[in-house]
Amino acid sequence: MSGKGILAYASHLPVGRLWLDELGAALGTGAGSGTRPVASFDEDSTTMGVEAASALLHAHPAEPGSVYFATSSPVYADKTNATTVHAAVALPETGFAADVAGSARSGVAACRAAASCDGLAVLADIRTGKPGSVDESAGADGSVALLFGPASDSLAEIRQQHSLSAEILDRWREPGSMAAAQWEERFGFEAYLPLLRRVAMRVLDAEGIEQADHVVLTSPNREIRKRGVKVVTGTLSTETTVAGHAGAADVGLAIADALDRAEPGETILVLQAADGCDALLLRTTSLLADRRQPTPLRARLGQGNKVSYLTYLSWRGWLEREPPRRPEPERPAGPPSARGRAWKFSFTGSVCASCEFVHLPPARVCKRCGSSAPMASRSLAGAGATVATYTVDRLAFSPSPPLVEAVVDFDGGGRYTLEVADAQQDALAVGTRVGLSFRRLFTAGGVHNYFWKARVPADGAASGVEQEHSDGGRQ
Amino acid sequence: MSSRGICDRVAVVGMGCTPFGEHWSSSAEDLLVDAAEEVLAGARIANQDIDAYWLGTLGSGQSGLTLSRALSVDYKPVTRVENYCATGSEAFRNACYAVASGAYDRVLAVGVEKLKDSGFSGLLRSDPPGDGTAAELSLTAPAAFSLLDPAYCARYGVDSADVRAAMTHIAWKNHENGSRNPKAQYRSPVSKEKIEQAPVVAGRLGVLDCSGVSDGAAAALIVRAEHAADYTDRPMYVKGLSLAAGPARGAMDPDYDYTTFPEVVHSVRDALRQAGVGDPREELSLAEVHDCFTPTELVLMEDMGFAERGQAWKDILEGAFELDGKLPVNPDGGLKSFGHPVGASGLRMLYECWLQFRGEAGRRQLPDPRLALTHNLGGRPGNCVSFVSVVGSEPTM
Repeated sequence: MSGKGILAYASHLPVGRLWLDELGAALGTGAGSGTRPVASFDEDSTTMGVEAASALLHAHPAEPGSVYFATSSPVYADKTNATTVHAAVALPETGFAADVAGSARSGVAACRAAASCDGLAVLADIRTGKPGSVDESAGADGSVALLFGPASDSLAEIRQQHSLSAEILDRWREPGSMAAAQWEERFGFEAYLPLLRRVAMRVLDAEGIEQADHVVLTSPNREIRKRGVKVVTGTLSTETTVAGHAGAADVGLAIADALDRAEPGETILVLQAADGCDALLLRTTSLLADRRQPTPLRARLGQGNKVSYLTYLSWRGWLEREPPRRPEPERPAGPPSARGRAWKFSFTGSVCASCEFVHLPPARVCKRCGSSAPMASRSLAGAGATVATYTVDRLAFSPSPPLVEAVVDFDGGGRYTLEVADAQQDALAVGTRVGLSFRRLFTAGGVHNYFWKARVPADGAASGVEQEHSDGGRQ
Repeated sequence: MSSRGICDRVAVVGMGCTPFGEHWSSSAEDLLVDAAEEVLAGARIANQDIDAYWLGTLGSGQSGLTLSRALSVDYKPVTRVENYCATGSEAFRNACYAVASGAYDRVLAVGVEKLKDSGFSGLLRSDPPGDGTAAELSLTAPAAFSLLDPAYCARYGVDSADVRAAMTHIAWKNHENGSRNPKAQYRSPVSKEKIEQAPVVAGRLGVLDCSGVSDGAAAALIVRAEHAADYTDRPMYVKGLSLAAGPARGAMDPDYDYTTFPEVVHSVRDALRQAGVGDPREELSLAEVHDCFTPTELVLMEDMGFAERGQAWKDILEGAFELDGKLPVNPDGGLKSFGHPVGASGLRMLYECWLQFRGEAGRRQLPDPRLALTHNLGGRPGNCVSFVSVVGSEPTM
């Protein structure tokens, strides 16, 4: 794989944190201590994929020709989920977008595919398990985006890669089930151990080194994560899953964490044991210092808001709450969603050619001056905004009531009324700076209703750039 | 503006109104027939003598057939209209124009709504298939109107406790009035403590800051003014009718601050001008306004010109809009006491004017009322329609 490398990367962890001691107390088991990141009720593999992809493209503007989306928790079958990510980050229709589903190994597959064509790999997963399971307490929800391209422009060059495949009944799940099954973990450890040694040796030999500076080893099998790090080690660091195992996203999160920590000119051996073993040997370049993601994964891990165990169970559908006496929303319809694609998926409004009044959603006739001259498109998905006013709605239907809604005024014009994501009511006031986050508003009739919500940024004021097009908008 | 109006050209010569409430044993058809029969009996004419009908209903039926089937109308024109919460008023407005045009001599306007068959709280929406992005899909009506409260406090620098007190006073006043009305859904006074301690629905709005949910129907018989004496010695003259549907700019315009309804300002100016009213606070005897939520009535007092900007909360607390105040507002108890069966509400407001002019308003009778205003608001702040009528007990000389 000479000549290719990672140009940019961005990881995303949802802000929710499940406290394992609370989980243990609720179930009367020892679930350990610490926290695990949990996706909110309105996040899924697709929305988290959008978070990571848009963070990457915001920091490192690019128009990759391919998007490979890896997850073991796809929200749709028979419909490509990568196209939702592709639309939400406003990539042109000339690009290719495809899913790579649905196991931990899909993360490696997306990276290999993207690396071969200077594409974008987006890895995202929600890790659910039955209450009391290892997947519940030792899993994580999160996503990562990795942009590949010429080694000469990379922050880390792909020096070697090698894979071995093995049919092993270590871990499996029926499609549609929310909980996976795991054979005795020691069986998997014994089965994967020789493969792990061989694949590591192979890439180290090819590179002509005895040991890598950094080793990151991931596997859905907890025993391998625990004991494997003693088998293959790095001279500077040896790490495994950072936040809890995040399914198809885990290998990408491990890479992001290594890139957060490594210095230029160091080697990183990435290993994953899942249905075989995969090895990737990276060598960081002098560009790394400038292109690290602004907030390291571990710093994000240390932040977050406590989510009670019962709330978490209701978010995942293990606990069904009494709904308000309000009708459930109608499913979004196909034709209007397709016509309004630029609006719905990349928050693109229109700007009056005569008076520059910004319309959200786009309008034909200006609401201020009445002009019906063709309007220019403007995406405000990355724009900064301010809360004009807000309210807490205890009557509205919401998968996690109460619903918090804010009237949001965008920098440079434009107003819309949006739900507030990850609502921390006391963090909200008139004048609060907010950004946007792509979320699933609700699911009705089997259709996931994706749209944007306002979000108070975790660190500092929301800022952003507008993307303006005079061609009537990219569809 | 060439809204010429039809001042004094038509008159209401009969009205009917069912009690509003949870009519578990009446259908929309039953309520519609009850209201229509009250009108016909009062005006001493038969259904066969009606030339045309306008029916207002948001969701209790479609097409003119909803009325013609219920009343067994023999092949007459029946028009069903819908304009959000101004639906009942819209039926009335169009019926008045039909008479004023000379096309018909006797037109019946009926409004009906059956809300309590759905099993849900609040009003239901019936939207065309969409892309799932409309704010209305998630935010309920009380939440949308709750935005007025903090905006008003901020704009005028009014202490939030004072605005809370004004909102409470509005609910208290309307329930006081409603306690004197045998047709209201809620016929007991409600203490201010109870209002402020009610469970929170949205923002600072509690359950008792919201209008109720009820079923009901109301109807009016409209004839040319010169024929009015054939039906009654105390007709109610139509002086102004205005409807304003805006571009819904507020929902998109950062300059809109949620302390006014521009649609109301436009429609009230237009209706007052048609009626030749210069100072509504001095000239009107009463006003029936759309108190869907308490902060709505607060803002309406300023949009209507009943109070100076930023001052309505004071006038409210000083009792200006109570039965014995300077300008009684919602003397019948308002939406607060009646609930809001959408198609019926606008005609229910006119029914109160009708009773007041005839001296038939019982324990809430005002002394010598001559001129009244009714108002409906449909939609939500920044995105609404507004209707205003002015009616009087005498033609202008």
